[in-house]
Amino acid sequence: MKVNMNINVHHIARTEGHGNIHIKVKDGKLVESQWEVVETPRFFEVMLKGMSYEMAHLLTARICGICSIGHALASLRATENAFGIDLPETAKKLRLLAKHGETLQSHFLHLFFLAAPDFFNVGSVIPLVSSNRDIVEIALRLKKCANDMCDILAGRTTHPTSFCVGGMSKAPKKKDLEKIKTALSDRIFDAQKTVALFKTLTMPEFERQTEFVSLKGEKSYPWIGGSLISTDGIIKDETDYLAMTNEYIVDFSTSKFAKLSRESIAVGALARINNNYEFLNPPAKQIAQEFNLKPVNHNPYMNHIARLVECVHTINESIQMIDELLDMSLDTICAQYTVKSGQGISAVEVPRGILYHHYVINDSGKIEKANCIIPTTQNHANIHHDMAELVKQEVKKGKTDTQITKLAEMLVRSYDPCISCSVH
Amino acid sequence: MEYLGIKIEKPKVAFFDFTCCEGCQLQITNKEDTLIDLLSLVEIVNFREISSDKNNDYDIAFIEGAISRQDQIDRIKKIRKNAKLLISLGTCACSGGVNSLINTHDTKDAVTEVYGKHKIDTLPVKSAKEIVKIDFEIPGCPINKKEFENIVVHLITGADFSFKKYPVCVECKQNLNHCLLDENKICLGPITRAGCNAPCPGGKLPCYGCRGPAEEHNWPALKQTLIEYGFTLEQIQEKTSFFNMLTEVTSNES
Repeated sequence: MKVNMNINVHHIARTEGHGNIHIKVKDGKLVESQWEVVETPRFFEVMLKGMSYEMAHLLTARICGICSIGHALASLRATENAFGIDLPETAKKLRLLAKHGETLQSHFLHLFFLAAPDFFNVGSVIPLVSSNRDIVEIALRLKKCANDMCDILAGRTTHPTSFCVGGMSKAPKKKDLEKIKTALSDRIFDAQKTVALFKTLTMPEFERQTEFVSLKGEKSYPWIGGSLISTDGIIKDETDYLAMTNEYIVDFSTSKFAKLSRESIAVGALARINNNYEFLNPPAKQIAQEFNLKPVNHNPYMNHIARLVECVHTINESIQMIDELLDMSLDTICAQYTVKSGQGISAVEVPRGILYHHYVINDSGKIEKANCIIPTTQNHANIHHDMAELVKQEVKKGKTDTQITKLAEMLVRSYDPCISCSVH
Repeated sequence: MEYLGIKIEKPKVAFFDFTCCEGCQLQITNKEDTLIDLLSLVEIVNFREISSDKNNDYDIAFIEGAISRQDQIDRIKKIRKNAKLLISLGTCACSGGVNSLINTHDTKDAVTEVYGKHKIDTLPVKSAKEIVKIDFEIPGCPINKKEFENIVVHLITGADFSFKKYPVCVECKQNLNHCLLDENKICLGPITRAGCNAPCPGGKLPCYGCRGPAEEHNWPALKQTLIEYGFTLEQIQEKTSFFNMLTEVTSNES
């Protein structure tokens, strides 16, 4: 039987932003496979030109509604590096804790609202409210805990209000930190139930040899700043980010594409674990082992499991960090600084992968040049090439166009792309 | 569905996104305590960010984002035809939001700066109401979920909704925050519409007016105060133009 397919998914659902899937198979041979990014560009780098340095993190937080805390932190750190500001320990911890809140919020939103419906064969989480109420309630409790954490640490989850150049503009009350600690400890049970749930779901079997890029852990699992590493053995300083991303333009995408040693790279939870497995805390490592997730794992669908492992890691790390903060004085949360000309580069691991902000600032504190390289921008080429390989493998297995459409959509979702972010 | 013995129709609701960060739609999935109740009030037929179920038969359409490309103009016109009520959700839809900042730059230069010689379709940023008739606007960057729920309940029960007439400054004082003007920062809380419960000044971040002007405000007095505090017109304008929500009030002055 001759297999012919013509798959077109316009504005794929359950992703942030707008992208299309085009697949053509003729006589059993792949003719075309394209991950087309059609999001409108917003030109953030151009908007930043001439803007006062203290407005940059407010503007760039608006690059993304889901990871605005991560953007704000990468932006602030770029400015702080330009001015040579050393943050107080308190501010470093409070910021990382806020980012952990965002990681949990983003990962749980993705696992339950965006990814899980595929495994239950429903269009969204809404029908699950009546069919699987217990699961939805777990999801809501976990998501609420993460959002409450962001509210207390960052002022709010989307477009934070408690950060400023030099540190934090407002410290949380210690009794609120204690509340988060209790809430997180209470949610460990729900996280365990989530692990049990994901054990009942089968991740599609698919592999394509991939180069994974992330921050490199030195003594702990890396989140903010440090060296860059790829699973192909490349290590660079974060200031050398351009050589780690090599952005280029393709005519079917308003987002740029990126590469390193191969035709594409992958960033995100799976990349972080592939490069930093040894730094996962014991409960998280235990979960990784239960799912047989060990480096280097080349199955993009395992990103879901990697997110789950990171959730467990992050909950445990947050509880430990709150204990440390409770023992510290929170009187000094912001460093004094002088505005001066210079440039600053910052790499931060946000939910979808490594994020870079780079600013050149003049002596009156105005931004002269800016560059932001977004995790999803770095993943687009990998999604594009994975999709072609996936179709080839699945056509050989005799899968129908409906089955392949679903697998292709699930492939895109496994990267949890933030498409408007990637185009920015 | 019945409420107090009165039968209430469940409206069919759709959400669509244009040029934005999609953070306003995200707020709808937040405030988890009331999410299931909110979902029980309406029938969601189109919400691409969280659902692959699609249906173009809807009563109320919420649109998030600004308009910045020809295909978006065509798309929003189609949505207008299908919807009985078309509602702008968030500052980007209401005024173009921070996206409007690009309008002070030449479009061609912007494309060249980011994409080099590659051709990219784009238009100067517009708000939704500059393209089609909008029945109601919910401002905020991002929207306030509690206010959103309140508006939805008013829509469903047919009651009139009115925004708070007083400025953010009132809510900020009620929260016992220290005044940021007194800390020598430009804060637009005195002229911006309340209803957000002042989360920005609550975090010591000044208000830059994402919700637009309050019905009762005194911009000339605030401007005079800021000038007396030593701020330049350029510094003031950078803040008032950030969300493009206060242009009507502040433009003919500066």
